[in-house]
This record gives sequence, structure tokens and C-alpha cells, in this order.
Amino acid sequence: MSQQRVIPGFGYTLGSTLLFLSLATLLPLGALVFKAAGLSWAEFWSYVSDPRAVATYKITLTSAFISTLLNVALGLLVAWILVRYDFPGRRLLDAAVDLPFALPTAVAGLTLATLLVPTGLIGQLFAPLGWKISYALPGMVIAMTFTSFPFVVRTVQPVLADLDPHLEEASANLGAGPFTTFRKVIFPELLPALLAGTTLALVRALGEFGAVVFIAGNLPFKTEISSLLIYIRVGENDYAGAAALATVILASALVLLITMNIIQGRLYRRLHG
Amino acid sequence: MNVSASQSPRAPLRGHPRRIALVVLGLSLTAVLILLPLVAVFYYAFREGWAVYWHHLSDAETLHAVWLTLLAALVAVPVNTVFGIVAAWTIAKFDFPGRRLLTSLIELPLSISPIVIGIAYLFVFGMQGLFGEWLSDHDLRLVFSVPAIVIVTTIVTMPFVFREVLPLMQSQGTSEELAAISLGASGWKTFFKVTLPNIKWALIYGISLTFARSLGEFGSVAVVSGAVRGETNTMTLQIHMLFDDATQTGAFAVASVLTSIALVTLLVKTWVERREARRLAEGTGQNSH
Repeated sequence: MSQQRVIPGFGYTLGSTLLFLSLATLLPLGALVFKAAGLSWAEFWSYVSDPRAVATYKITLTSAFISTLLNVALGLLVAWILVRYDFPGRRLLDAAVDLPFALPTAVAGLTLATLLVPTGLIGQLFAPLGWKISYALPGMVIAMTFTSFPFVVRTVQPVLADLDPHLEEASANLGAGPFTTFRKVIFPELLPALLAGTTLALVRALGEFGAVVFIAGNLPFKTEISSLLIYIRVGENDYAGAAALATVILASALVLLITMNIIQGRLYRRLHG
Repeated sequence: MNVSASQSPRAPLRGHPRRIALVVLGLSLTAVLILLPLVAVFYYAFREGWAVYWHHLSDAETLHAVWLTLLAALVAVPVNTVFGIVAAWTIAKFDFPGRRLLTSLIELPLSISPIVIGIAYLFVFGMQGLFGEWLSDHDLRLVFSVPAIVIVTTIVTMPFVFREVLPLMQSQGTSEELAAISLGASGWKTFFKVTLPNIKWALIYGISLTFARSLGEFGSVAVVSGAVRGETNTMTLQIHMLFDDATQTGAFAVASVLTSIALVTLLVKTWVERREARRLAEGTGQNSH
């Protein structure tokens, strides 16, 4: 507590942080919820349970969920080889992981859409097989996987690097194979970080807009995501409908973040006492 | 920013087929998912040659979009740099309840759909919003306009400098600042002579990431801009419009500019991390653990 008195500026810095935060995010999000709260329950329910809206929830959840599963597998693999093995191209791979953070999602969407349409460089390989990638679920999953790719890698990587190598040696000396060692020794240590990365990847995929609108084709009831429906409602000047949907999306993101935070805290305490 | 040095040495691949298989799998999947689209941007942009590329880039609407996007970045970057440092300083150097909650709130724009942020902005400044009537009475227009783009871009890119700087400030603790202050330095002097040099590399990466992301913001800007050609179109909105017009080379020409900036950002990051690793290895950064 005495530090608080020695380093100056606590009041000013906390005050300006809270002021800027309130103006920039809390005020707008509050205004959104306020707008939605002005609707009667029946109106609110009719907006959010509209069949077209329900279809967007299903489509968004399905594609975000599949892309997150892919990201967990791919993220663990990439983090593992980056930390454990020495190979040519390792530094390049390490730098490439961050590309989806730095690249605008609209550019990612444009490029993936152009590559994956039936006449595109990649799409033409799959067109003869009758596989539809662009304007269908696989394309949306690929776009979401791209934009969420760094999260699992970057949360798992530092934990894996700090893991005590003696634990694995001990496990191997006791006769465990590499797979058993990974499952029983390494994986439990990684779990809190993995869960944090998975949550971030999932939340990001659920909210992704730029990359998906280019590739999805945006057909109502087929490839329309919730964010896009909100955008369409704004375009139609249906502000009440947009507010109701946006509140549902905001609330579900917050619930997901808070739940995962609690689970992660419990796991961490179980591991480290 | 990850500055922790790896403890166990990396294992060689030679003579270990399983390791080779894992590395080949990881490299090829990443190459297809990440590097292929990267190369494709430039392939599609330059497919019809330099002249066509240049013709698309120097189009009046596109140039206007570039200018407008730069304007948004010119506001978002300095504002969020100052905010990121101040917020990180508050959370890292002082002990007060609610620090974790405050961190989560600052990082909130990363976790919610940009569409939600855009529409939330409309409910403050739009005709339907809290201040809508007051603003229209005073002839102020803060939606479907340039100020709307600038403000929303600033909101969406708020967390980036903060996120890069905070872990470093936290790991460095307060001992150096306390020493400076007990020797009689003022708060400002302590910040500029002690804190800032310690965080400067992470700060540089945070700033470049904020710059790249503010140029690339799409969803929230699409909601608040009105996307009027040659008036309120940013670079990403211009890409979307050209894509809808089936002007493929034009869309990729604009995209190639944004991609180049993203690549520069990654170069900065790699360079910053190497410096940081060297600093740790030389032992000048004992305080960093």
C-alpha cells in the first residue's frame, strides 16, 4: 500500500483511464442495452426468435465451433513444433503465426473467397469432386480458422516453453510412452492456457464479420451469420431489431468470456494450489 | 509480448521420423492456411502488370479512401498510444481492487463483434441515439460521416498498445521507479527516463499493430460510415465495393497496400523480439523476470 503513495499519479492515471474507457466503450454499449431495454418483452422476443435470426445463430455457432476445433488441433501442433524442435523455417513460421492479427480481415476474406470459388486457384481442385467451399459452410469455417489462428498458438507457446523438462524425463523413465506422457503430464499443465486460447479463438470466430461476408455468399437461412443480419437490419433502418439482436450477441459473448474465466481460474488453482 | 526465454533446448529432427512428420504437417498446414493467401494477394494484384495495378491504385475514389483511412489512423494511433501507456501504468504500477476487471473491460473491443461496436455507436450519436436530437438541433452530424469513421476506428483499436505494454510493465515491477523517485526524480522524469526505455520495444510493436489494425478496420466502419463512394469509403470498404463490382484487380491492388503494411508490422515484431531476447541473454535485463 505504501507504493501507492510513493509513485505519483495514481488519481490522474486511474481517472483518465476510466474516463476514456467509459466514453469509448461503456457509454456506447450501455446505450445499446438501454435501447433494447426500451422494447417490450414481446417485441424483444419476436425480434430475437424470428426464424431468420434463429437460423443465423445456428449457422454462426456451427461454423465457429468447427473452426475452433480445427484451431485447437492446429494451434497445439504449431506451438509444439515451434517450442520443441529445431528445423529450417522455424523463425519464418513463428512470424507467420501473427499474420492474421496484422492483416485486415477484409483482405483475408477477399483473398480466401477469390482462391476458393469454383474457378479460383484452390476451388478448381475441388469443383470436380462436387465440393462446394465458397458460399457454403466450409468457406466460412476456413475464414474463421484463419482469423482466429494465432490465439491458441500464442497462449500455449509460452507455457510449453516454461514447462520443466524433468517432468517428462521422469515420466519416460517410469516407462510411459510419448503419447502417455503428453496426455498425463504435459496436457494437464497446458490445459488452463489452452482453454484461454480456445475461448479467445471461439469468441473471435463468433464475432468475425469481415472475412466471412466475402466468402459466405450471405444467403438468408443458409450462410447468413448473426453479425451480418444486424448489419442488414441497420441498413433497413430497423434500429429496434438491430438493437435486440446486438444485445443477444453482446450478452452471449460476455457470458462465454466470464464462464471460461471462472473455469480457467479453477483449473489453475487445482494445478498450482 | 512473449519475452520468456525457452528453458529446454530444441530437439534436432535428424533420425526421428515422428518429429519430422509433425514438423512437415505443421509447416504445410500453416503454409496453405496463412502463406498461400499472402502470396495470392500479390499474385492477383500484379497479374495484369504494373500499369494496370498503378491505374487502379491512382483511381480518384481509391486515393480518397486511402486518405480517409490514413486520417482515421492518424487520430487512432496517438490517442490509443497515450491511453495504452496510461492504462497499463495504472494497472501495473499501482495496487488497487478491480485491476483484472479493468483489464478485461479495456480488452473488450477484441472480443465483441465489430458490428456490435458500430451499432452501439449509432445508439449514442445517431438520430435514434442518446444525443441524436441534441446533435441535430446543433447541426452536428456524427454518423455516416468522416468523424464517425475516425471515432469508431479509435474505439476498435483501443486495446492494442495496452496489451503489448502491460505484461512488460507488470514483469518489471516498481523497484526501478521507486529507486528513481527516492533519489528525487519527478513523476514525469521517472516515466521518461526509467519506464519508457524499459517498454520502448513493446511500445513500438503495439503502435505498429494499432496502425495496421486501424487501416484495416471493416465491420464497425461499415456500420457507421454510410459507405458513400468518394466520400466516406475507407480502404476496406473500397475493397468490398470493388469486390462486389467484380473489379478483381482493383480490389487486390488496394488489398496489396494493406498487406504490405501488415508485413512491415510483422517485421517490426520479429525485430523487437530479437532485441528483447538479446537483452535478456546479455543479462542487462535481470529485472525482467
